Amino acid sequence: MERQEEELFHKAFRGIANDPNLNFTQKSRYLALQADDMLPYPELDVQAKGAMESGLICDMFEGHAPFKPRYVMPDYQKAIIQGSEWLELAPPEDLDEAINFLLILFHHVPSVTNIPVFIGRLDQLLSPFIDDSITDKLLHKKIRLMWQMIDRTLPDAFLHVNIGPEDSRIARTILAVDRELKQVVPNLTLRFDPSVTPDSLLQMAVENISLCNKPHIVNEVMNAAEFVTPEDPRGFGIASCYNSLPLGGGAHTLVRINLKKAAESSDGSVENFIERVLPEVSGLTYQIIRARIDYLVNQSNFYQSSFLVKEGLIEQNRFTAMFGIFGLADAVNLLLKRKPDEGYGYCEQAQDLALEIVKTLSDIVKSTELEHCWNNRALFHAQSGISLDNDVSPACRIPYGYEPGTLQHLQTVLPLHKYFTAGISDIFPIDETIEKNPLALMAICKGAFQKGLRMFTANVANNELVRVTGYMVRCSDIKKLKEEGSRLNTTAFGSEAMDNCGINSRNAQIITDDIPWSKRQ
Amino acid sequence: MSKKPEEITGSVSRIIPFSCVDGPGNRFVIFLQGCNFSCKNCHNPHTMGICDHCGDCVPGCPSGALFIDSGKVTWNQSICENCDQCIDICPRSSSPMTQLLTVAEVITQLETAVPFLTGITVSGGESTMQLKFIRALFKTIKQRSHLQHLTCLVDSNGYLPVSGWEKLLSVMDGAMIDLKACNNDLHLWLTGRANHRVLDSIDFLYKRQKLTEVRWLAIPEITDTSEELTAISAFLKTTAPEAPLRINAFSNSAVKGQARQWQNMSSERIPLLEAELFTTS
Repeated sequence: MERQEEELFHKAFRGIANDPNLNFTQKSRYLALQADDMLPYPELDVQAKGAMESGLICDMFEGHAPFKPRYVMPDYQKAIIQGSEWLELAPPEDLDEAINFLLILFHHVPSVTNIPVFIGRLDQLLSPFIDDSITDKLLHKKIRLMWQMIDRTLPDAFLHVNIGPEDSRIARTILAVDRELKQVVPNLTLRFDPSVTPDSLLQMAVENISLCNKPHIVNEVMNAAEFVTPEDPRGFGIASCYNSLPLGGGAHTLVRINLKKAAESSDGSVENFIERVLPEVSGLTYQIIRARIDYLVNQSNFYQSSFLVKEGLIEQNRFTAMFGIFGLADAVNLLLKRKPDEGYGYCEQAQDLALEIVKTLSDIVKSTELEHCWNNRALFHAQSGISLDNDVSPACRIPYGYEPGTLQHLQTVLPLHKYFTAGISDIFPIDETIEKNPLALMAICKGAFQKGLRMFTANVANNELVRVTGYMVRCSDIKKLKEEGSRLNTTAFGSEAMDNCGINSRNAQIITDDIPWSKRQ
Repeated sequence: MSKKPEEITGSVSRIIPFSCVDGPGNRFVIFLQGCNFSCKNCHNPHTMGICDHCGDCVPGCPSGALFIDSGKVTWNQSICENCDQCIDICPRSSSPMTQLLTVAEVITQLETAVPFLTGITVSGGESTMQLKFIRALFKTIKQRSHLQHLTCLVDSNGYLPVSGWEKLLSVMDGAMIDLKACNNDLHLWLTGRANHRVLDSIDFLYKRQKLTEVRWLAIPEITDTSEELTAISAFLKTTAPEAPLRINAFSNSAVKGQARQWQNMSSERIPLLEAELFTTS
């Protein structure tokens, strides 16, 4: 190593080791990430390397030596039935044992953050252990303690719990505890199926949204249609920031294309962008995905050694790769030479182009074979941004601050949702007056699902708990972060995102559209 | 020959496809132009008057969306910037952006929003001044299979005589009535009209199970006096004991004239007023 280079590394390591606001686990993790990044990247050609350096393609800083999958979605149901030989735990026999078993298991589930991004469909996992001997009060206490344990020992807002679509005492208790504690962790999704989920459960979820911006609501029917077959009934889970992934598997990696940069690299014409740029940049994205999967599958020994594989909680062939995009709005506005308030979200021409871009990429993803992946394919994903994204819009979202009225917002994004099997989310910013009228939000949510919205997320203005890309931060934590650090690993991302991504300028709607859709040009 | 319901026109000030503040659930709201009250505290003063095409607003329009065509003020919606300067200029508390729309045209606008809606609300202005239009609109909605699940509500000052409500009953799911004041002199001073008909409307609608809610605007030192609170409480207790009462807090930000000088109602005081109203009743 050159002396100069060595000094640079030392400086970076020393900076982490001596940081006054990081705790010891955060320091260990950052040091490990630095070390990982000192290794050479899996082999890529000059063009792919260039695309990553320029930011045209981004590997989400997953590291140079992928030794664990990005997202792991264990089959916890299987674990709870068979116990774990590796963890030396017999199958749980009552509720306390079941909660204890799961809390232990969670600590052994890897992810890109080292903290699990999916801790299961908790209502289904725990309901068999509930009987009349457990009073509502006792159940509330047990879930409350579990929630505190999760938040304090797995301090990462990407960690996700799923409940629904069935109603249950556990699901209702989880919602009650979640609105009471208003914690960042766990993130929460209600899976909604109009033929199964009672309105009263949806209403409870919507009331929670007006209090703490959780849960996120997912269209069960639409997702199940893509993940569940008679031969493969295990289905899917929702993890991290709105990723739908096969249960008992996950995602090896997520690589995303910056469509704004892609549009900048075109000759400025729609034709050139669709016919030349998109296939080229997709090719490079696949090259990066393949290199990362090859390392993980063939060199890192993860799938050969993990007890999760040995005990059948995950299977390598149930892992996919996520082919992500972001900056769709910017690309569309750039190609049409329109300002944000007259482009994507505001005119039919922009809507048509957005759809054409998404269809083109979706066709590429559907037709490109990918070894070591579920069904030999990647899954298409609208990536909801990271904290360093400056001046580029997340996923297919309308740029923050330019969100039109809720109806127009819905009509813009609705036609795109069906293409993103691995998840897409649009945050509907909603004025706090909704608290007095939860039925309004329920009506919108149900209507949107019926029209093909995959996921519904509302961010109610003036809540302490705010949605960043998909995960939550507490406003008070961000204020404290710069002086005293945070026990939650994700606060730092949230703070950066507030600085860089214009989250504070979201345009809250009193669910009243001032400009009728009929006025579209 | 009389017109078909779809051909009946209404003078529409504005349409909002989604609203969560005009009745239960998510509602499509049609604001009708013109009012028979002239409330000092009106929050939509531009919906009071009917345009007489004086043209005063035309030169002030920064985007050139207003012009005179055959002696009539005409609005070009597609270039309007929604700055609302014309509304501020108008000497008749009207708006050049008012449109004459048929029931069929309103239904066309409604169609895109239908999957996300709980119902529709006609508001104003005073919507019941266009009774024929409302009745035709509601009737059309109730007749179409893909629309009939929408609840049809009227937002009103209650000045419509009982004979008018009778004509709406078969197609209207409910009405939300503003009770401005119980003391008749106060009501007269505040709105320019006596309150007998309003009290009658509340009584009539309640008996027919069509009173969705009563709304009362709390204005500091004007409507929130202890005499008023006692009177409102007593009236509702005897006339509409089970009807939901919604208390709204006065804000001077959207009003005109002397009401701009009135104090804002603080949000802390609302629960106290609520307690006072409900305990006395």
